[in-house]
Amino acid sequence: MTNDLARWQFATTSIYHFLFVPVTIGLAFLVALLQTAWYRNQQPEYKRVTKFFGTLLLINVAIGVVTGLVQEFEFGMNWSAYSRFVGDVFGGPLAMEGLAAFFLESTFLGLWIFGWDRLPKRVHLACIWLVAAGSMLSAMFILAANSWMQHPVGYVLNHQGQPELNNVWALFTNPTFLWGYVHVILASLVTGSLVMLAISVWYLRKQREVSAFHHTARLSVLVLLPAILLQMFVGNKLGEIENTYQPVKIAAAEAQWENCKPCSFSAFQVGGGNNDSTPTQVLAIPHLLSILATGTWGGAVEGLNQLQKEDVAKYGPGNYIPDVFIQYWSMRVMAYLGSLIALLALWGAWLIHKGRLDRSKWFLRAGLGAVVTPFIMNTAGWLLTENGRQPWIVQGLMKTIHANSPSVTSTDIWISLIAFVLVYLALGAADLVLMLRYARKGLDPDEGGDADESGSSPPQPTIPALSY
Amino acid sequence: MQLHTVWFVIVSIFWTGFFVLEGFDFGVGMLHTIVGRTDEERRHALSTIGPWWDGNEVWLIVAGAGMFAAFPGWYATMFSALYLALLIVLIALMARGVSFEFKDKSEDPRWRTTWRWAMTLGCVLIPLLLGVGLGDLLNGLPLDSSHNFTGNFFDLLTPYGLFTGVTLLALCLLHGATFLKLRTTDHVRERARAVARPLGWVAIACVVGWVIWTRSVAGGPDVPQPCEILAVLAVAFAARLAITDHDGFAFASSAVAIAALVGSIFIDLYPNVMISSTNTAYNLTVNNSASGHYALVVMTVVAVIFFPLVLIYQGWSFHVFRGRLKSPPAGSEPGRSANVPSPGRS
Repeated sequence: MTNDLARWQFATTSIYHFLFVPVTIGLAFLVALLQTAWYRNQQPEYKRVTKFFGTLLLINVAIGVVTGLVQEFEFGMNWSAYSRFVGDVFGGPLAMEGLAAFFLESTFLGLWIFGWDRLPKRVHLACIWLVAAGSMLSAMFILAANSWMQHPVGYVLNHQGQPELNNVWALFTNPTFLWGYVHVILASLVTGSLVMLAISVWYLRKQREVSAFHHTARLSVLVLLPAILLQMFVGNKLGEIENTYQPVKIAAAEAQWENCKPCSFSAFQVGGGNNDSTPTQVLAIPHLLSILATGTWGGAVEGLNQLQKEDVAKYGPGNYIPDVFIQYWSMRVMAYLGSLIALLALWGAWLIHKGRLDRSKWFLRAGLGAVVTPFIMNTAGWLLTENGRQPWIVQGLMKTIHANSPSVTSTDIWISLIAFVLVYLALGAADLVLMLRYARKGLDPDEGGDADESGSSPPQPTIPALSY
Repeated sequence: MQLHTVWFVIVSIFWTGFFVLEGFDFGVGMLHTIVGRTDEERRHALSTIGPWWDGNEVWLIVAGAGMFAAFPGWYATMFSALYLALLIVLIALMARGVSFEFKDKSEDPRWRTTWRWAMTLGCVLIPLLLGVGLGDLLNGLPLDSSHNFTGNFFDLLTPYGLFTGVTLLALCLLHGATFLKLRTTDHVRERARAVARPLGWVAIACVVGWVIWTRSVAGGPDVPQPCEILAVLAVAFAARLAITDHDGFAFASSAVAIAALVGSIFIDLYPNVMISSTNTAYNLTVNNSASGHYALVVMTVVAVIFFPLVLIYQGWSFHVFRGRLKSPPAGSEPGRSANVPSPGRS
């Protein structure tokens, strides 16, 4: 019970946290691009959209940072047995993240927000790039830590049977990490550009600030298109890697109970949960699973029943199959929504090529609606990767059931779970209200003129009242 | 010096740095409704920490993550033992963090009052409860032979722990007042000076009391240790200078006072990191809670490369926004232009 509650809490808080993280990473990069454009062409509307999206970025960062603190503390609070057992390896990347990434991100964000009139333009531009770099670096360290839980490398077991780090390089060359990191960065770029696209097309539909949001609509499509196309390739590749190291995860994602050769891909099925190994196939594509999982026309894929037998032989009695329903559908949600977004990006690129992006009524509608999809895909991705690792907390080394804090009671976790849910709901509501209000408010008219180079005009009150 | 001792020092520096830097942020957060009577003045008071508070907060993250990496046993026991206290700290950190961003985004007075309270209360609870936690490390908590906490929330509220929390709270208030005095002008600065006088006396009383109490808790000689003497001297200087015009020295003194007090806790603790009140044989020490040699070498290399860099660019950020912010004229209508830091352009 305590263990389940601790899992619910981690799932709730980390999914919530990861609603904001990709927006931050993606938007920081896009805002840096916008400011670079302004730095080079000096057109005032670029400065205005930089500030506009910069403010949206800040509102997001505020929540991303504080919910990230919860994650950092939660390992020790709820999962002390885990922390004690793996801290030697797992704690390192977390400390590196703080030292190398969080300081960078937060210090230069402060400099960027308050430095518009204080810093030389070139230095100020460097600040936003350092913020973007800091946010991407922090994702790097945390994914190195997470990938170690999926595929532990670079350690030896000491005399107490605990993993001890013996090769830090291995943590950062772990194939699960390399592909997983690229996957997350691309997901963030997709998320950021879809957020920017949605806001831009909203203005284009209303015929407001068309000259400014025309640029950001174009920019978001131009970032989205390569990101989503690469992502389809990278996501598939990550699946192959995981099939090598965590075959149960992928077999569960395909709901493949029996061994097969060649293997058809189930595109849609009814049933097939953990207690139902005979789902009704609605649509199955012959040979496709063999191609996806093994890269060959007739490759063999081991089924869950076979893998379960192997794991029992290796690790002793127990259930080694994660929840198949979650695996199957989170994989498909990502693949299907990702394909739709790829079509949207191609459509947008074609409209840009034709010079009709601002006027295509249907594209503007679709661009606005598409903003919900990255959040669904991001959540599905983490469900797939974390649920697929169960019953392990560290694949093959420690089971989740042994990882929670022995001194923490279920009452404690109920209290904290309810507290977090209430606070997060309140924060989410406040954030949504603010984001919508701010997004609708439009560009700051004061930023129109860029005449302060002459030195004759008084310095403008450009510092946000206390926007941070 | 052995590597786990090096890391004990590094973790102590992270905690100390956190209290020195966030200490004035908390102080400003608690005092902003006292030195600022209009919305504009309160916003002005908070804008003195605007560019920095978030970077300062990272010191807490690295303190926790540094413990996780170098002393997994310490991190696991401390964070699970202080469970409900840390839950309140987290919620307080969230309330404070987002209220910076949210509070001015609506004209609705109820919205503003809500976030003002979130800010003030958050800034009270964080140093108070973290102080309780640090005091408990030294005072001892019920830990069993496998280093698991066996008590409940009320076992955390030891008299010594609570007094440590109150002392840190008093120091943060004084530190915030000296910081506000350093960063503001005119009537806001005068109000900071006025509030610094009683706060100075309270802080002196707390620190002296804390040193006496600590001598009986920590064991060792009955005479105060050098770092503890430094804390007493510094807080006395800070309290005295806070009511003069030596704003820089007053702020430096309150910074030294808070650093010396937090530093004392860790000096008194070493080589233990957590005392077991059940049986001293169950104490967590730098030895029995540390990571392996290789992990410590890696983390040392990382710290040697990145920590000086952090100090340089964080120091630069303090340098860029140095100088006083012109306080809005007393009783003026709300407006934004008064918050421009200084008329000159750099």
